[in-house]
Amino acid sequence: MKKWKNIQPYLLVAPQTLVFLLFLVIPIAAILMVSFWEFTGYSMTPAFTWDNYAAIFSSPVYLATYINTFKFVAIVWLITLAIAYPIAYFLAFHVTSLRWQIVLFLICTIPFLTSNIIRMISWIPFLGREGVLNQTLMALGVTNQPIEMFLFSDFAVVLVMVHLYSLFMIAPIFNSMMRIDRALVAAAEDAGASGWQIQKEIILPLAAPGIAIGSIFIVTLVMGEFATVRLMSGGQSSSVGYLIRTQIGSLQYPMAAANAVILLLVTLLLVFGILRAVDIRKEL
Amino acid sequence: MSKKRPLSFYLLAAFFGLFVLFLYGPFSAIFLLSLQGSEGQLTFPMRGFSFYWLGEVFQQQRVGDFVSAFQRSFLLGLLVMAITVALSVLAGMAFRSKFWGSNLIFYLTISSLIVPSILVSLGIGIVFSLLGIENQWYSSALAGHLTWTLPFAFLIMVGVFNRFNPSYEEASRDLGANDAQTFWQILLPLIAPSLIGVGLFGFTLSYDEFTRTSLISGENNTLPLEIFGMTTNVTTPALYALGTLTTAFSFLLIGVAIAAFQLLSRRQEG
Repeated sequence: MKKWKNIQPYLLVAPQTLVFLLFLVIPIAAILMVSFWEFTGYSMTPAFTWDNYAAIFSSPVYLATYINTFKFVAIVWLITLAIAYPIAYFLAFHVTSLRWQIVLFLICTIPFLTSNIIRMISWIPFLGREGVLNQTLMALGVTNQPIEMFLFSDFAVVLVMVHLYSLFMIAPIFNSMMRIDRALVAAAEDAGASGWQIQKEIILPLAAPGIAIGSIFIVTLVMGEFATVRLMSGGQSSSVGYLIRTQIGSLQYPMAAANAVILLLVTLLLVFGILRAVDIRKEL
Repeated sequence: MSKKRPLSFYLLAAFFGLFVLFLYGPFSAIFLLSLQGSEGQLTFPMRGFSFYWLGEVFQQQRVGDFVSAFQRSFLLGLLVMAITVALSVLAGMAFRSKFWGSNLIFYLTISSLIVPSILVSLGIGIVFSLLGIENQWYSSALAGHLTWTLPFAFLIMVGVFNRFNPSYEEASRDLGANDAQTFWQILLPLIAPSLIGVGLFGFTLSYDEFTRTSLISGENNTLPLEIFGMTTNVTTPALYALGTLTTAFSFLLIGVAIAAFQLLSRRQEG
């Protein structure tokens, strides 16, 4: 009987763990392995060569693609944070009834349960040559001919990514703000702290774990992006995810795998950097 | 709180309003544009009003094979949902007790969220091709989806069991019920409302999943892949009509799940 109690957790957790071993750990090991293989025109052959990595680091085109990807990550991260913090703060501290907090939070959440692709497409009538944005600007007399750069540009890519991913920042920040003891804020108010001081000394430090989790999500999601970059830039901009997608399309598996390994390493580096800066264990 | 609301409340409320507009504005545009007359274009102004484009979606040859892509995505969503609920409940129960290696397994599960989706897709694709197994929506794509739905479901279940009061189970055991009876008759009904949430989450994440499916769906597309393919060759409002229909379907599911959740939690109180 005692023995059964001891092995029970292992049996219970085994199926889920097996899924991650088979479909996460082994696949990543396979990517690592294939990244050292040779690619000869049509097919890949087992080998151990650094050629794929050397090709990436010596090509200005690849390096530019990496820099472009980091640029998207940085910009989208900044904008989602700038949006998410006030939204989460409003919901957590200004909306006083729990019912309304839940309702308003659900209103923010529901669009994120629908298809990314459709939410991407839905920007086309806004950003196009004859889109809502251009029509409005022309009606207001800001410009007298349509601005071409809205659709199929980095602007469109960033805008759509913010639209797609801001919830991944809002939800964790809201979650950690909800855990802040309201008595702390009241005590600070009684002690004569100004609004800014309360933000800086109490709310920001206590919301930091949420910000860290949100940042990890944004970094991970934007790092591997290819659909938004492909669709909203009209193929004019690139990202590492898009590069990998293209290389798979032309069956260059070893090159794609080498890019994937670098992408993974950079992502993990950023994630560990965030974890070093902020202790998120409280949130788990 | 009879305190007068500060200026910051109104400023933040306005900001929140703008954000909601930002979230829902584009949706409403494609909704309107999909109700155009047959002369309709991809941008405003609307040209007439009709249900022509909604009907067009079901005309197979014109906009690709929407109907069977939907069937595949729906079945796949159900499969993912069932597996996700079952495995995350089991794993959640395991994590009620501290066991050797639990930390490692916890971080393995969470790390699945930190790996960029395209790498999961690429990795599974490589493994399947090395083993000579064909990619299919019900094999490789299913595997890819589980690596996305399970970590979320697992985190939710760990939270649910953290708040669960074990005295119900103890009472059940004291009355002579065995483990299986306690599980089916006490534990499961008590956590049922949360399971609806986990199930809905699993289904919608899978139903709308694109990146983790993109390299491994095999010869038959799931719905998001089919729609992505259409973006390059369909230049009529049929594309928007398809968007409107599947969005409406997602909203319908969310509504049904919220209703079921409330029904189940009310029954427990009564």
